[in-house]
Amino acid sequence: MKRKSIIPGFGISFGLTITILSLVVLIPLCSLVVYAAKLSPSEFLYTVTRPRVLSGYYVSISTAFVASIVNAVMGLILAWVLVRYEFPGKRFLDGIIELPFALPTAVAGISLTHMTTTNGWIGKIFYDAFGIRIAYTRLGITIALIFIGIPFVVRSVQPVLEKIDIQCEEAAFMLGADRKTCFRKVIFPEILPALISGFTLAFARCIGEYGSVVFIAGNTPYETEIAPLLIMAQLQEFDYSAATSIALVMLLIAFVILSINALLQSSVAKRVNGKS
Amino acid sequence: MKKKVISSILTAVLAVSLAGCGKDENVSVVKAENSEATTSGEVIELTNVSYDPTRELYAAYNTLFEAHYEDTFGQKISVTQSHGGSGKQALEVANGLEADVVTLALEGDVQVVANAGLIEEGFTSEFPLDSSPYTSTIVFLVRSGNPKSIYDWDDLIREDVGVITPNPKTSGGAMWNYLAAWYFFEQQGQSEEEILASIKKLYGNVVVLDSGARGSTTSFVENKQGDVLLAWENEAFLSLKEYPGEYEIVVPSVSILCQPTVAVVDEVAKKHNTADAAAEYLNYLYSDEAQEIEAQNFYRPSNKDVYAKYVFSADSNTITEIPEDGKWINDNITLTDINHFGGWTDARAKHFADGAYFDQIYEQ
Repeated sequence: MKRKSIIPGFGISFGLTITILSLVVLIPLCSLVVYAAKLSPSEFLYTVTRPRVLSGYYVSISTAFVASIVNAVMGLILAWVLVRYEFPGKRFLDGIIELPFALPTAVAGISLTHMTTTNGWIGKIFYDAFGIRIAYTRLGITIALIFIGIPFVVRSVQPVLEKIDIQCEEAAFMLGADRKTCFRKVIFPEILPALISGFTLAFARCIGEYGSVVFIAGNTPYETEIAPLLIMAQLQEFDYSAATSIALVMLLIAFVILSINALLQSSVAKRVNGKS
Repeated sequence: MKKKVISSILTAVLAVSLAGCGKDENVSVVKAENSEATTSGEVIELTNVSYDPTRELYAAYNTLFEAHYEDTFGQKISVTQSHGGSGKQALEVANGLEADVVTLALEGDVQVVANAGLIEEGFTSEFPLDSSPYTSTIVFLVRSGNPKSIYDWDDLIREDVGVITPNPKTSGGAMWNYLAAWYFFEQQGQSEEEILASIKKLYGNVVVLDSGARGSTTSFVENKQGDVLLAWENEAFLSLKEYPGEYEIVVPSVSILCQPTVAVVDEVAKKHNTADAAAEYLNYLYSDEAQEIEAQNFYRPSNKDVYAKYVFSADSNTITEIPEDGKWINDNITLTDINHFGGWTDARAKHFADGAYFDQIYEQ
C-alpha cells in the first residue's frame, strides 16, 4: 500500500474516475435495477420472455450482427484506402466518415427511409428491377444500422494501419512472400484486434439503436419490431418495471458482447505478440 | 495527507449519491424551467402543455385569449405552448414539467398526470361537456380519385388494401382509430370473436405501423406508402390544405367521437398562483369566439350554434377539397364515444394492456 506510484496523483485521479463513472454510468444503471426489481422473479421472467419480446431481441440482434459484419468488411477497405492511398479529396472523405456520429439519428432514419421506399429514388430501382423492398423490411433496418456503425470500424482500424511499419512488409517481400501472404500473415494479424474491437463496438451500438430504425422499420410485430421499440411501448403504458426489465436484458446482451470482445482481444494480442 | 482528505471527500460524495439512487429521481428533472414566480411581475405567465396536431389551433387561440384577458381583467397574460406526442407530454408533466394547464389527446393521458397527484380527481366534470371544448373524429385519407374504392371500414380488410395507422401501444391517439374500427364491426352485428378476426385482418393490412400520428402522416404523404391513412379529422383537412388535389377525405359511416381533455394542473397552478387565470383560459375555450377558431382549425366545436354554421351542405361522403364557404363538418356519420367501451380504464384493460386484445391480434 505504501509503495508510491511513479506518476503522482493516483488518489485524486482514481477518486475522480470513480465519482464521474458513478454519476454518469453506475447510478443510472443502478436505477434500472431498482425499477426492474419491483417485479417478482417470475413476473420478470414472463415479461422478458414473451414471444413478442423474444422476436424483438432476435430482430435487433440479427440485423445488428449482419450490419456489423458488412461494416467490418467495408470499414476495413475504407480505412485501408484512407491510410494507404493519396487522392484528391481524401481529407474531405476522411471527415465524412464521422458524419453518422454527428447527425441526429432521426434525421438519418427519415432520409434513408425516404430514399429507399418503393417510391424513393434508390428504392424504386431495386423494387422495379429485382422486386426487392428495402424500407419497412429487415433489410431496411440493416441498412440504417450499417450507416450508424461504419465510423466505429473505420476509426478503430485506421490508427493501427497507420502505425504498421512499412519495413515489415518490405522484409516479408525480401523473404519471398507474395502480396497475398504478406497481407494474410503480416498485416492482417496486426489489425485483427482493432477490427474485432470496431466490430463489437458497432455491434453493441446497433443493438440498442432506436432513433433511426423506427422510421425505416415499419414496426410490424414479429417482422420488423425492434426491442427498443418494445421498451418505448411499455413506457407509453407507464409500465416502468416492464420497460426496465427489457432494457436490463438488452444491457446484459451488450455486456456479454463487450466481454467476448475483451477476451478475443487479449487472446489475439497474445498470439500476435508471442507468449509474453 | 492532503490526498487522503480529498479522496475521502470524493468517496463521501460517491456514497451520498449512491444512497440517493433508490429514490425517485424523475421528479426533479425539469424543475429549473419556469421556476420564476409569475405573481410578482406584471405579466402572468401560463404554460399550456398540449399534443402535436393542436399547434395551429393554440397559436390562434392564445392570441385571442391574451387580448380577451387584458380587456376583461386589465391584466397582461402570456401563454407558452409545448407540443409533442400526447402520452410523452403527459409523462413529462407527471415527472415535473411545470404546466399550468394540459390540453391532451385523451382523458387517459390527463389521468396519468392526475395519478401523479398533480390534478384533483373529477377533472372531467370541472369544465362543461366532460372537459372537452372541441372534439374530432377519425376519417380516411385516400389518394386522389380514390383508386382502391375505399368507402367504409369493411373496405379496409380487403386483401388489396394497404392501411397506414400508428401503433396504439406507442401512440395514445391511435387508440381512437382502433376503437372506431371495433365499433363499426360491432354495428355489423359481429360477435366479439368475429370482431377480433376482422380487426386482425385490418391490422394485417397495415403496411407501416408507425410509433406516432405524425410519423404515419409522413409515411402516407411523403413516402407514398399504403392506400388509406386513418387520421384525425383535423389532420386530414390539414393534408388537404397542404397538398391540394392529391388527396381526398372519405368519411366512413360510423366513427368515434374523439374527446381531447383539458384540465388545470392544480398543484402547479397553486404554486404559481395562476389557478384563476388557468381556469379562465380553459373556460374561454367554450366562448363563441374561441369555438369559431376551433372550427376554423377543423376541430368540431361543442357549441351547437357554431357547429351548425360549419355543417357541410352536400351529402357526399367524399371531400376532395376544403369547401370554399368553410363549411366542412360532415354530419352524415354515426359517432360512438368512449363511454360505449366503458370509459378509458376499462377500454385500456380490455384492449391495450399487455396480453389484451391488441396484443392477441398479433399472436401467431
